[in-house]
Amino acid sequence: MTNIFNYIDRPSPIHDLTGATKLVCLLLWSFAAMMTYDTRLLVLLVVLSLILFRVSKIRLSDVRFMLGFTAVFMVLNNLLVFLFSPQHGVELYGTRHVLFSLGGSYVITKEQLFYHLNLFLKYLASIPVALLFVCTTNPSEFAASLNRIGVKYTVAYSVALALRYIPDIQREYHEISQAQQARGVEMSKKENLIRRLKSAGAILIPLILSSMDRIEVISNAMELRCFGKNKKRSWYMARPFTKWDWLAMAGSALLLAAALLLNRLNGSRFWNPFA
Amino acid sequence: MDDIIIQFEHFGFQYHAQSEPTLHDINLTVRRGEKILIAGPSGCGKSTLAHCINGLIPFSYRGESSGSLRIAGKETKELSIFDISRHVGTVLQDPDGQFVGLTVAEDIAFALENDCVQEPALHERVQKAAAMVELEDHLRHAPNELSGGQRQRVALAGVLVDDVDVLLFDEPLANLDPATGKAAIELIEQVQKQTGAAVVIIEHRLEDVLHREVDRIVLMGEGRILADTTPDELLSGPWLRDSGIREPLYLTALRYAGVEIRAEMAPRSIRTLRLSDDEKAKVRGWFAAVPPAEERPPRPVLLDVQDLHFTYSGKDHETLRGISLRVGQGELLAIVGRNGAGKSTFSKVVCGFETQQSGTVRFHGEDMAALSIKEHADRIGYVMQNPNQMISKVMIFDEVALGLRKRGLPEDEVKRRVEETLRICGLWPFRSWPISALSFGQKKRVTIAAILVLEPEMIILDEPTAGQDYRHYTEIMEFLLTLQKRGITVAMITHDMHLMLEYAERAVVFSRGRIIADTDCAAVLTDPAIIGEANLKETSLYALAGLCGIADGQAFVRRFIDYERKELRP
Repeated sequence: MTNIFNYIDRPSPIHDLTGATKLVCLLLWSFAAMMTYDTRLLVLLVVLSLILFRVSKIRLSDVRFMLGFTAVFMVLNNLLVFLFSPQHGVELYGTRHVLFSLGGSYVITKEQLFYHLNLFLKYLASIPVALLFVCTTNPSEFAASLNRIGVKYTVAYSVALALRYIPDIQREYHEISQAQQARGVEMSKKENLIRRLKSAGAILIPLILSSMDRIEVISNAMELRCFGKNKKRSWYMARPFTKWDWLAMAGSALLLAAALLLNRLNGSRFWNPFA
Repeated sequence: MDDIIIQFEHFGFQYHAQSEPTLHDINLTVRRGEKILIAGPSGCGKSTLAHCINGLIPFSYRGESSGSLRIAGKETKELSIFDISRHVGTVLQDPDGQFVGLTVAEDIAFALENDCVQEPALHERVQKAAAMVELEDHLRHAPNELSGGQRQRVALAGVLVDDVDVLLFDEPLANLDPATGKAAIELIEQVQKQTGAAVVIIEHRLEDVLHREVDRIVLMGEGRILADTTPDELLSGPWLRDSGIREPLYLTALRYAGVEIRAEMAPRSIRTLRLSDDEKAKVRGWFAAVPPAEERPPRPVLLDVQDLHFTYSGKDHETLRGISLRVGQGELLAIVGRNGAGKSTFSKVVCGFETQQSGTVRFHGEDMAALSIKEHADRIGYVMQNPNQMISKVMIFDEVALGLRKRGLPEDEVKRRVEETLRICGLWPFRSWPISALSFGQKKRVTIAAILVLEPEMIILDEPTAGQDYRHYTEIMEFLLTLQKRGITVAMITHDMHLMLEYAERAVVFSRGRIIADTDCAAVLTDPAIIGEANLKETSLYALAGLCGIADGQAFVRRFIDYERKELRP
């Protein structure tokens, strides 16, 4: 991994949207998916996100690692919810349709299965969109996007700088750790925790010292080129909004509105087919 | 008089953290279109002077100034760093560290963005600046896709986007290989012609800067201006000796031959140098008189590398493509070649940091493949370029003792060996000091001591003298010589041609993962094919031999080396 942003440069309508649009859409969409447990809306979000994924020309193989990671997380989450509160669905929906019993208090109910289905759909509705954002947003546009949605540019730029320096610092960490291992600093997992913490110090101290040098150079370089001179700045990578940007944001806003509206109509965040 | 762009008058400066002023009574005038070299040893105040010109003093580094400094006619005390940067564009020493943007275009645009320049001017001006430094095809490249020289050009384009009156270069050659450094000096000249700006170069590598004409050299020492005159005057005058600045090699050779250097000879460059027939004869006489050094007896093989192949995981091209090399016991050799040629990777494989895909590394005939990284270090020590990357303790003693303690030695044994190593390394007087109180060169010694204490038979040093002035360079190299005399084998990765010529017995030249030459340094630095392939630079001694009518230039270079080793370092 050279960059936490796994940007994939493959022209598509999604790539054409500005970074700011995608950030706003991601936020709106995630809120919508978080707010609602209404299966109908969740299914709609899932279908839409799969379509968007298709449009973006991102392939499953591009995001296999991230998908695998979230799948494990999703299964774990579902399992834990079931282990700790097997009757959660019953409490939520107020009815109890027993399908079969696993012994003890572990009884499988229709309500519980339905709850897990919703949980599953929530993952499916939000993860692909987040992946889309990561894969289709040029990291260079990211700081400009943050700035556009109201984050101060000095803060936004420090995010961009962090992205710029992560690969360098990773490389430096690796080099320092090799040199320290040669001197006998033990990094293997065989060592006990206290020893390993001490070893980490032997690498972190030089890393921090050399990063301090780096920070001094970079902050001088930035000041000499007028960083912080004005309250605002322009962005080389910023692009003007097109009608598609407005449409995308409006669409996402509609979805959030739908979630809020359904919450109102259902009387809670849950849509209850059992009542 | 309004073409004066920088004017120091009785200027002095003292940092808040220091008890003595760093600059005393500076009087210096720079006019539009002039090109000035400010030279001087480390700690002479030349960086402080540069910081005063670009406004980092007093805006980032606080202190008390006296006298007057006017930039474009205005007293700097009344300006902000942003006002000053309208007039002075600075290219810092480390081309990597000052790369702010994620891509070339963004980095060039940085100053414009901060000035709120809008489209389409923003893109146009970036394009124009990129074209000036011939980077218009690299606009979308990330810094790690560029060479050191290209990164420096990005930094230059980043200040060219504004129409500045002064271009200030802070040690522009420090991180570049010889050929790239030469190209940088040529580019600076070209840009100056295009923009008409004044150029101020801070650098202690005199001969390399003088590759192109400069109008004046300002020599500094201990916070004062010692000389402010033309290159010809300076090089023929008394100032350079004992100033911690190295004179060009061809002048050293002339001096050895007993030729007096006078300003009328135009000594500023080997191309302008004029010698009378009498003087040429003197050089020829010296060449003939110095006896060739006797052949060194062959050394027993210590390190034997056979057909090493290595590819980094995730990369599809081989970094080392069949390296075979023998190093004799007690040798002092230089490993040279352009960045990315595989020099550092080779060292890492030999030190056990990385494992080769095929090929063997034998040490005293023993295959090292089965040894751990720690066991490698007991045989071959590795010293990184930047001492800050190695130092993890507060006190010198503890830093040097670290490797022994980690190896579980009893404390009295640790004490004995650390004390002995500190004596060898000349660090005994400082043994109870905190490391933070040491100079860069002394820190370097501490890191070498921390490796030596493990008693390796061989050490590999990555750029041991990078960023050091002549005095510190000599100090470090003489120290390495004393180690060699004690029987330790020393390999140095370096870009410094002087270091090669003066100290290394042998040069191993890397290019694209192969060794393209493995011979004595004089042969390498006079062979145009190797020089071109490995981004080296021909030594000016070779040209001097040509000028004096000596046909065998290589032999002349060799004699020069032998003479220095015999006469000056018996």
